[in-house]
Amino acid sequence: MSVKKRKKDLNFFEKIYIVEIAKGMMLTLRNMFRPKFTMEYPEVKFEPPSSYRGRPVLVQEKNNVERCVACGLCSRVCPALAIEVQANETELEKERYPEKFEINMLRCIFCGFCEEVCPEEAIVMSKDYELVFSNRNDAIYGKDKLLVQVEQLSDRLDYLRKFKQ
Amino acid sequence: MSLLETVIFAVIKMLVIVVVMFLTVAYSVYFERKISAWAQNRMGPNRVGYRGLLQPFADVFKLLVKEDIVPDAAHKPLHTLAPFIALFVAFATYAVVPFGPSINLFGYDVKLVVADVNIGILYVLALTSLGVYGITFAGWSSGSKYSLMGGIRSSAQMISYEVSMGFSIAGVLLLSESLRPIEIVNAQYGWMWNAVLQPIGFITFVVSAFAETNRLPFDLPEAEPELVGGYHTEYSSFKFAAFFLAEYANMIIASCLIVTLYLGGWQIPYIDKLGLGETLTVILQVGAFIFKVVFMLFFFIWVRWSIPRFRYDQLMNIGWKVMFPLSLVNILWVAVLIMIFNL
Repeated sequence: MSVKKRKKDLNFFEKIYIVEIAKGMMLTLRNMFRPKFTMEYPEVKFEPPSSYRGRPVLVQEKNNVERCVACGLCSRVCPALAIEVQANETELEKERYPEKFEINMLRCIFCGFCEEVCPEEAIVMSKDYELVFSNRNDAIYGKDKLLVQVEQLSDRLDYLRKFKQ
Repeated sequence: MSLLETVIFAVIKMLVIVVVMFLTVAYSVYFERKISAWAQNRMGPNRVGYRGLLQPFADVFKLLVKEDIVPDAAHKPLHTLAPFIALFVAFATYAVVPFGPSINLFGYDVKLVVADVNIGILYVLALTSLGVYGITFAGWSSGSKYSLMGGIRSSAQMISYEVSMGFSIAGVLLLSESLRPIEIVNAQYGWMWNAVLQPIGFITFVVSAFAETNRLPFDLPEAEPELVGGYHTEYSSFKFAAFFLAEYANMIIASCLIVTLYLGGWQIPYIDKLGLGETLTVILQVGAFIFKVVFMLFFFIWVRWSIPRFRYDQLMNIGWKVMFPLSLVNILWVAVLIMIFNL
């Protein structure tokens, strides 16, 4: 067996290992008394920064009307074909509103394209990461679950104004 | 003491030891998980009971209710026998470990050891070498190449390290002039601990003990990344639990042996100078024994989470080219001690 030449030859104390082992063990001992990184999840929840892409939601104005005008761009751009929009007419100034707006959360890949393409800032990515459902029908989120009051989304909207484009 | 009384005391001591052993084994698993978590800046199990204190019982219960799967290619009788060899050997060794001096209980002179055998150390050596059969049988009878590799590695490792272990113990026996564990402890009176008198023998024995118990850095028989768990790959349910418990029981017996042979057993230096009552002294001495064993257990776990596994050829190199000569040097050193200082 040929002996490989090391880049750096070990000196005597490194060769008998004992000093090096003691050093390594002191390292682990020090770490035992360091503060822990763990967040105890159900009690302590992670508050994501505003750049976080959680589940997409529809912005609801203060008069409880959604911003969405049902143009269908989000549905068109969605790479996972998760969004389904059905438009209808309305007496309001915006003239069109989504009669049905559904996102299949099993398909959604949280890419944020819908938010990027939306001309009205009507669909944004929220900070909500707790998505639980027990069957496939529950995974299709309708308007009842998607609409979120605008003040709850101010962080994300500010972030978008600052960094979009 | 009549025969009946002797038997009754032996049975009581056995029961106490077995119960304490099972609890210690269960909680050493818990502390292993806790200490590994702390060393990696995590929290460890903290959900079952207060701070996860009931976690070991949850673990064992989970293993017991699991399905017991025996592979088709397995040699069924040996496959069943192997975990029980491992468990039996691990638990039988405790019989000769003295955990305290003699104590006066209800007018009887009770020795705090289950069996005060005059060849105690030989008994321990014999049983611990039997333990390898459990692992080798498990590896061979599983009918899986990974298990077989684990079993073969285990026997090779045991043979290599048994030698240096035996020679290190020889140094201790030379000094104490007895194979009886109690006399070995008595010979380490005061600061005459064997760890102080023969540090080389202490190091070789500790390293061999790590190899004998298949703990990291010598856990080649299990070697999760290469052998998928080694000899217990094909075990599930209670049989797996038996191997798991045996591993931790072996760890505890190794700690007990290190404490008895090298760290003065239940001796506390200069305790008789303090002028405490006899009962209090005995309690303190049993406490000292437990403290030393717990410290050694912590040391075992601490080493596991600090030092990476040796490669197979490195393991053999260290066993035959380093540990074996060192243990011979230790015997010479002890001989010199006896010649010059008449210890």
